[in-house]
Amino acid sequence: MKIWIEKQTALIDFTLASLARRKVKNFGLLLVYMLIVFLLASVMLYTSALRREAAQVLKNSPEVIVQRMVAGRHDLIPPGYLERLGRIRGVQKKEGRLWGYYYDAVVKANYTFMVPTAGAVAAGKVADGKIVVGAAVARERGLVPGNLISFRSYSGRQFSFAVADVLPHEAELVSADLLLLSEADYRAFFQIPAGHYTDIALSVANPQEVRNIAAKLAETLPDSRPILREEVLRTYESIFNWREGIVLVLLSGSILAFAIFAWEKASGLSAEEKREIGILKAIGWETGDVLKMKFWEGALISLTAFLLGYIAAYLHVFRFSAALFEPVLKGWAVLYPRFELVPAVDGFQVATLFFFTVFPYTVATIVPIWRAAITDPDAVMRS
Amino acid sequence: MIKLTNIRKAYNQGRENEFWALDGINLEIEAQRVTALCGPSGSGKTTLLTIVGCLARPTSGRVHLKERDISGLPERFLTEIRRSTFGFVFQQFNLIKGLSARDNVMLPAYPLGGDWRALHDRAETLLDSLKLGHRRDARVEWLSGGEQQRVAIARAMINDPQVVIADEPTANLDTALSREFLAILENLKEQGKTILLTSHDPLVIESTVVDTVVNLRDGRLVRGA
Repeated sequence: MKIWIEKQTALIDFTLASLARRKVKNFGLLLVYMLIVFLLASVMLYTSALRREAAQVLKNSPEVIVQRMVAGRHDLIPPGYLERLGRIRGVQKKEGRLWGYYYDAVVKANYTFMVPTAGAVAAGKVADGKIVVGAAVARERGLVPGNLISFRSYSGRQFSFAVADVLPHEAELVSADLLLLSEADYRAFFQIPAGHYTDIALSVANPQEVRNIAAKLAETLPDSRPILREEVLRTYESIFNWREGIVLVLLSGSILAFAIFAWEKASGLSAEEKREIGILKAIGWETGDVLKMKFWEGALISLTAFLLGYIAAYLHVFRFSAALFEPVLKGWAVLYPRFELVPAVDGFQVATLFFFTVFPYTVATIVPIWRAAITDPDAVMRS
Repeated sequence: MIKLTNIRKAYNQGRENEFWALDGINLEIEAQRVTALCGPSGSGKTTLLTIVGCLARPTSGRVHLKERDISGLPERFLTEIRRSTFGFVFQQFNLIKGLSARDNVMLPAYPLGGDWRALHDRAETLLDSLKLGHRRDARVEWLSGGEQQRVAIARAMINDPQVVIADEPTANLDTALSREFLAILENLKEQGKTILLTSHDPLVIESTVVDTVVNLRDGRLVRGA
């Protein structure tokens, strides 16, 4: 074992000395290689962190949301619906929710007005005439707690609210455009009569029963549609997958260019390299030794590029909020949420990226060398 | 030490351009002596060297190294014998450009493993003994022809071989450097090394260092030359 390690160390030593001889060429290759790993890893890390973030945020959302449909469009829940739902077995808790959209012409952005559900942290801070705003809204309108803000309702009436608080920065991914207000203010602002709700949130005692309950709901209230939490999660997944795909398609040109460049570099063997292999064989290197040396050469370049590229991507995503891809991957909006993703590395994803970058390069380095290394050692005597 | 029996070597065998470089060579190379293979270009000197040095296999015939028949061994075993028994000094020196003199000297020992520090010291001692210590860190392409040859000799000696094989060692050297080479040869002989070289340089052939001169022509030994 000791001899094996010494042998590998000697081969790596030679490989490093050998690589240092073509500094500019190898450094250029390393740089391009690193850039590709960086781009791919950035997209993967960012979308995976976004997905995780969305799942984390939705973890506490209700299992089922019931919306009433009129002519295929979402409509208000009329009085009496809440009571009818209570009779469905398995429903633990039901709550009418009030929310709606409001276009603010000042910043040309849409806000989500919402009455916090009972028990929500922000609920305690909301009172008549007092609102709690999302971080992006606060940023755009320059609001701090204590400020007054006016909105002109769809009825033409002017409403003024005092900002009681700004929602925490951590929840910005889903609350950037949120504005929480009291039920009375909400109903007055949107002119929604008492007993009507935007939709109904249901808690289910047994999560396994969610689909059965959804089926019962469809029977009890044929004019409504149940939306399951898992469906919302799946939609988020698809959106991020789709965006990841778009970025990858855009990147595919550069990836392909690199693949051709790397393949050409790795597989093309110069006359000088062939001569060197001949010399090594003549002075006592076995074909296997030459292959091992070249393996180390490919592995050192690709591993270094992989590690540096991945670390750079990690810093880019989790330290600098993925500044390069933010607009595409986060979504299109006037109110961009500002948030820092929780650093997380998915082992499977690392392995996939490793397999598709380090492995092909190393193989591309070895194959032509193998062809050159099996030539007769006496060729060097005749050169 | 090395016994060649009826050695024949063909290139492009079975094709139109088939060529027999060696045709029935019987030769015994004595241990701890200097043997020079002499003859015009195309006489088969280098081919014979490659067969003795396990760089190539004969088409037919037997090669015995200290009573062991090595002519039919597979490449892996031949490499092992080549590494441990022979040291090569090539006509064009065949050093690896871009590497220092010391790195070049250490090269044949890399596949053996062993302590790197000890190998490093051994390479420096060899370079010192060949009066090249001051150039150990210089890239080989910066060295003069004589210096490059001494690096090649040091490289041939790194694994402490019993036999040193040199192909036209003075072909690229002027008279002064050729004499220096002969002095090194004498020193190696005193160390007990067996030396086999090819040359058609009279300075080498007529030197007192050379014990036996073997003449070749058209792939055959020329008797009584």
